[in-house]
Amino acid sequence: MLAQQESGDMQELDRKLVLATQTGLPLVPRPYDAIADELGVDAELVRQRLQTMLSDGRVRRIGAVPNHYRLGYSANGMSVWDVDDAQVDEIGARIGGLDFVSHCYRRPRHLPDWPYNFFAMAHGKSRDEVEEKVGQIAKIMGHACRRHEILYSKRILKKTGMRIGG
Amino acid sequence: MESAPDTSLDDLDRRIINRLQKSFPLTDRPYQSVAAELDTTEQELLQRLQRLLDDGILTRFGPLFNAERLGGALSLCAMKIPPEKFDEVAAQVNEFDEVAHNYEREHALNMWFVLATETEHEKQQALRRIEQATGYPVYDMPKQREYYVGLYFEA
Repeated sequence: MLAQQESGDMQELDRKLVLATQTGLPLVPRPYDAIADELGVDAELVRQRLQTMLSDGRVRRIGAVPNHYRLGYSANGMSVWDVDDAQVDEIGARIGGLDFVSHCYRRPRHLPDWPYNFFAMAHGKSRDEVEEKVGQIAKIMGHACRRHEILYSKRILKKTGMRIGG
Repeated sequence: MESAPDTSLDDLDRRIINRLQKSFPLTDRPYQSVAAELDTTEQELLQRLQRLLDDGILTRFGPLFNAERLGGALSLCAMKIPPEKFDEVAAQVNEFDEVAHNYEREHALNMWFVLATETEHEKQQALRRIEQATGYPVYDMPKQREYYVGLYFEA
């Protein structure tokens, strides 16, 4: 019972930690102390919980997200592929291993409008660069892929990141 | 989408952007140790980080959460909007707090956004409200499997 109680407390603390940091880490010399003060807990506990969340994958990393357009990565291609269902997981794992692929997922088709079940994002400083990268993906795909397209982004319409409510 | 690389960034800015995309220390004075790695001071690092965020070179700095692992629901959604209606519908879709980001892409399916909610039920509700508000169907494409996620952009 006690363990369960503690675990419930930790879940509540973790949730408060997400709420307190989802807009960003405080830009002060002791950021974890600032969060701890806000939550009324010890800074060491804040660091421990963040470490736990990093270890179990709830936090992917603590770090910065650049606006890649501002860094010159103006070609942003979402490559979409119609891949044989029996082979998509094995091939997906290989494509996920390419260093230029930043996101890579299997998603549902919406036939007949949308035949694609595999998505891989490729970024470059030009469309030529993106197309060269997509060509490398196509080689790995071989005959498992029936067709593919690259959807280039024209405009960011909104970019706030994820938020959960209070 | 065409935009010129930002020429206002100096060498230290670039090193800060590159370093901060990697793991940030869970220590008492994390900015101080990162500043030392970059041969600068904690104060300078904090000032520049604030400026990079204010200028929109960085969109975020902090823990990056995996929404599904937190128990939340997430989908990539697409819509097919006639060009003459596009801006109007984009404004309607962006009104929803559940829409985390939204891109215009060159395709018949020209609007692509990420929907993030705390539960699957809320996600389905948001999808329906967007369809009702705009009058256009939403193609729901939740990920069925993730093979890799790891963003890094050399500045």
